[in-house]
Amino acid sequence: MSINLEREKAVLPGSGLTETRGENLSKVLFGASAISMLVSLYFIFIFAAEESTMRAAQKIFYFHVSSAWLAFLTFFVTFVFSILFLIKRKRIFDTYAYVSAEIGVVFTIIVLTTGPIWARSAWNTWWVWEPRLITTLILFFIYVAYIMIRQMDGVWDKKARLAAVFGIIGFADVPIVFFAIRWWQTKFHPIVFGEGPSQKGGGIEDTMLVALLVTITAFTILYSYLLHKGVSFENMKIKVDQYKEKLRETLDK
Amino acid sequence: MNLFRTALLLAKKDLYSELKTKQILVTQIIFAGLVIVVFSFAFDPANNTTKAVIPGVIWVIIVFAGILGLNRSFISEQRNDTMQGLLAAPMEAASIYFGKFLANFSMILVVELVSIPFLFLLFDFKFFGSLPYFILVIFLGSFGFIAIGTFLAALAANSKSSEMLLPLLLFPITTPILIGVVQATKIILTNMEKLPSAIAWIQLVSAYDVIFFVVCFLLIDYVLEV
Repeated sequence: MSINLEREKAVLPGSGLTETRGENLSKVLFGASAISMLVSLYFIFIFAAEESTMRAAQKIFYFHVSSAWLAFLTFFVTFVFSILFLIKRKRIFDTYAYVSAEIGVVFTIIVLTTGPIWARSAWNTWWVWEPRLITTLILFFIYVAYIMIRQMDGVWDKKARLAAVFGIIGFADVPIVFFAIRWWQTKFHPIVFGEGPSQKGGGIEDTMLVALLVTITAFTILYSYLLHKGVSFENMKIKVDQYKEKLRETLDK
Repeated sequence: MNLFRTALLLAKKDLYSELKTKQILVTQIIFAGLVIVVFSFAFDPANNTTKAVIPGVIWVIIVFAGILGLNRSFISEQRNDTMQGLLAAPMEAASIYFGKFLANFSMILVVELVSIPFLFLLFDFKFFGSLPYFILVIFLGSFGFIAIGTFLAALAANSKSSEMLLPLLLFPITTPILIGVVQATKIILTNMEKLPSAIAWIQLVSAYDVIFFVVCFLLIDYVLEV
């Protein structure tokens, strides 16, 4: 649609990109995520009580729920940065949205693999067509489509614009998908927190809750580290592209 | 009011050129017929349990035939290099979207009008349900599907492989509509006692239609930007 008025890759502008200032931040985040991961391992395997019927198999719950939380958080971040990009049109917002979506896809894959492993031992089946599972699966497909828009050819701002539009639509769609599927069939998945209307949630023991919260915190710190690292990689890539273009221009002369 | 007038003009132009070439509509209808034939191999029409899959088959036909039309609607403009003309014309991006939507929607309605009776005929399906409700469900479902489909077709048209990209974008986004309309159609065709539940599904689909129609109107400016 849009004509490629500008060149696919811009020459490095005079000012250049902002210098990498977050060297220290990166180290801090790395240390924090390593430590918090170890702490959460302690909490999961030693501190938390063992579940009475599922025994050790239940331990996967902490990773599963934390990854699911991250999967939704990352896409929320993508949604927010997509809106910001459409308003402000700054490339950095687009980079954040893209990197966050990439991380989100990875964690959605983790959810979709740990889920069946756990389900096999808990429900004796790999997969059930159940609201939360299908919603996660659809979420996965939506964000794979988002990444595919990013792989299109053309100038970056066109791709960024279209991806941002799709990021907004995709995120708006997820709650509707969830409600639609929930109406469609409600089974399985105990409601863990609070007392559900239909299934009276089994509740969660205090030690388990603490372990879960610790794991979620650890995962969130890991996410912020990955996001920071990913964005600096993207910036480097952009910079290299611009240098290449500059070199090409001098060679053309 | 200018928005609607230009949109109608654009839809008229699309339908008129379709009337002259008959490219898309004929392909869609023949394709719908082929899907029915494939389904007759997959599910034995003589078997009574086949009746249970009819509501699903109706929507598979609409979705696949619809995708064919949606793919063409913006690609044809690009192929003739008329997209820039449309963008440069004194009208808003929203009216381009609305015009394309009207053209696609009327085409899919024609496809439905031909293929659904044909399906009932070939599968020897006796219609017991309520016809007004059935038409309402078909109308609302196609409306939502085409509304979001036209929008995503405009988005995918930027890619060189838009025919492959569009289904990948469209199917996950339209899952709520597809679940809703298939359930509602099933209830209306086979089990009229559960009508309140069908009405609940119709409400869900209508809510989706309204939300996404508005969102598409707001965001189309960003998609059809030069």
